[in-house]
Amino acid sequence: MSAWDQAAARLTAGDATLVSVWGEPGRAHLALLDDAMRVTSMDCPNGRFPSIGRVHPAAIRLERAMRDLHGLDPIGLPDTRPWLIHGAAPTDYPFLPVQGENLHQVPVGPVHAGVIEPGHFRFTCDGETVVRLEQRFGYVHKGIDALMAGAEIGAAARVSGRLSGDSTVAYAIAFARAVEQALAMEIPPRAVWLRGLMAELERLANHFGDIGAICNDASFSIMLAHCAMLRERVLRASADCFGHRLMMDCVIPGGVAVDPTDCSALRTLVPEVRAAFRRLVELYDGAASLADRTVGTGIVRSELATRFGAGGYVGRASGRDFDARRFPGYAPYDALSFDVPVLTAGDVDARVWIRIKETEQSLDLVEQILDRLSPGPARIALPSGSGEGLAMVEGFRGDIFAWVRIENGRVSRSHLRDPSWFQWPLLEAAIEGNIVADFPLCNKSFNCSYSGHDV
Amino acid sequence: MLRTLLQGLRPPVTEPAPPADPELSALAAQLDIAARRRLGRSLSIREVDAGSCNGCELEIHALNNPFYDLERFGLRFVASPRHADVLLVTGPVSRNMRQALERTYAATPGPKWVVAVGDCAAGCGVFAGSPACVGAVDKVVPVDLTIRGCPPTPMQLLRGLLALLLSP
Ligand code: SF4
Repeated sequence: MSAWDQAAARLTAGDATLVSVWGEPGRAHLALLDDAMRVTSMDCPNGRFPSIGRVHPAAIRLERAMRDLHGLDPIGLPDTRPWLIHGAAPTDYPFLPVQGENLHQVPVGPVHAGVIEPGHFRFTCDGETVVRLEQRFGYVHKGIDALMAGAEIGAAARVSGRLSGDSTVAYAIAFARAVEQALAMEIPPRAVWLRGLMAELERLANHFGDIGAICNDASFSIMLAHCAMLRERVLRASADCFGHRLMMDCVIPGGVAVDPTDCSALRTLVPEVRAAFRRLVELYDGAASLADRTVGTGIVRSELATRFGAGGYVGRASGRDFDARRFPGYAPYDALSFDVPVLTAGDVDARVWIRIKETEQSLDLVEQILDRLSPGPARIALPSGSGEGLAMVEGFRGDIFAWVRIENGRVSRSHLRDPSWFQWPLLEAAIEGNIVADFPLCNKSFNCSYSGHDV
Repeated sequence: MLRTLLQGLRPPVTEPAPPADPELSALAAQLDIAARRRLGRSLSIREVDAGSCNGCELEIHALNNPFYDLERFGLRFVASPRHADVLLVTGPVSRNMRQALERTYAATPGPKWVVAVGDCAAGCGVFAGSPACVGAVDKVVPVDLTIRGCPPTPMQLLRGLLALLLSP
């Protein structure tokens, strides 16, 4: 049995979790996680390789993307429709056939009603109840793999920070750590702490935004007003320290690009935000009309979350006890203390509660990091060289995986896998049996990235 | 409980409008004055993500938070292009969104304006040269005003939109 087939067998048996499967012309790669993260690569000069999706459904969309992007042919892939490249006639897409009595279809998107990213959702309904949802994505496909191949490292880092704007810090850290591993270099301790600080600020801003937006989709708009203010406060304090509200381009391979002289804005921010947030949590907990919408809505079964290796609040609300900060783990989190909340209900309410608890943890983490931050250099120059590196980083949405190959100071190939790849398919399952009107609420509770997924 | 929360919004946290940007105002002044008069000081905006990284959307969202409170200026986001006067377009236009953007533009009744938001919409930003992108927004639909930034801050967005609304 080849190493590739052995890896596939481990996935089928549930002995390992799929991290990603990706390609380049003539070569396929597979990353798994068991007691460590391992990459298996396979030369496929004629483009063909045994499909992982054939035995492990979580890989199907990734393999459809490999066909589109690199012309690879996964043998036995159950679904060979194009995924990321829509071609000349984007409206000609063979949606899966649906049969049954009294069914009607509701097509939604790519342009949606709100200020959100584009994607297409095709609902098949029986009356008000959704019996099946089929997603179609790729609308914001920007050719990231092609842009990165051959790029100078600094330029590639700027592209990585724009895979999904809401996770710009997490992506920049993932890419930087992969590059640093490829070049076998260590960054100064201050850079590590500052990266952790930015990552937690990003998590806070996004969780505040999400909690408000989820409640708003259940017509509880006062939460949106309050949470949006907390989010704005975090963004302003981030801009005070790092010069950019989303901290774009602040993390670079070799350290951080911005070394704040004054973090006092954060010192005052944390206690204020913590007190304000506590009152909002009480409100969320006590509003029966809100609970009526969120409890029992959009349930993701725990087996499914585990099989798909769904990360972030989607996995942790469905009993999957995984957080990349703890395992595989990376600095500075090995030197910090924090809890990883896990719930089992798997509904919209559980996904809100995971965010609430993580917000509390992140506020503590910001203070812990500020206490530890000591002066020193915050970046070092990159050595020239070649090599391969990989990294996993816990963004607010879940684990981001980065793989890169550097040749003589340039990126020869790279792969960035958004957590949404393993969350979007679960949304199709979660909405089944719910009413169409609850879809925005379920969707918001997932808040998957379109851009990060469409690469 | 509810009382504490409502108190939290008082006194108003909303901040004053940003000072006008002469460059943007001059640009906006060249737009069709007669059409703008007809619409008065109120514009309905339809946002279209034509390939963005979602960073621009985050800051456009922020315009609705109590600090910026966009609606006090008579500007509001609407759910359909058929209700819109302004299309706010973000992102380098991806090949896969080109047709949707053209259709959204066609579905918007005149008089209408297109505002390109962000460095990507203005000139593809870091995605310039990608085979999967068609180009800046003006490669696909006519653009009346450009607001740069990666992403533009809510204040920069507000300044641009107010220029559209208030210049003579
Ligand atoms: S301008 Fe910047 S924030 Fe806006 S879509 Fe482009 S990369 Fe993202």
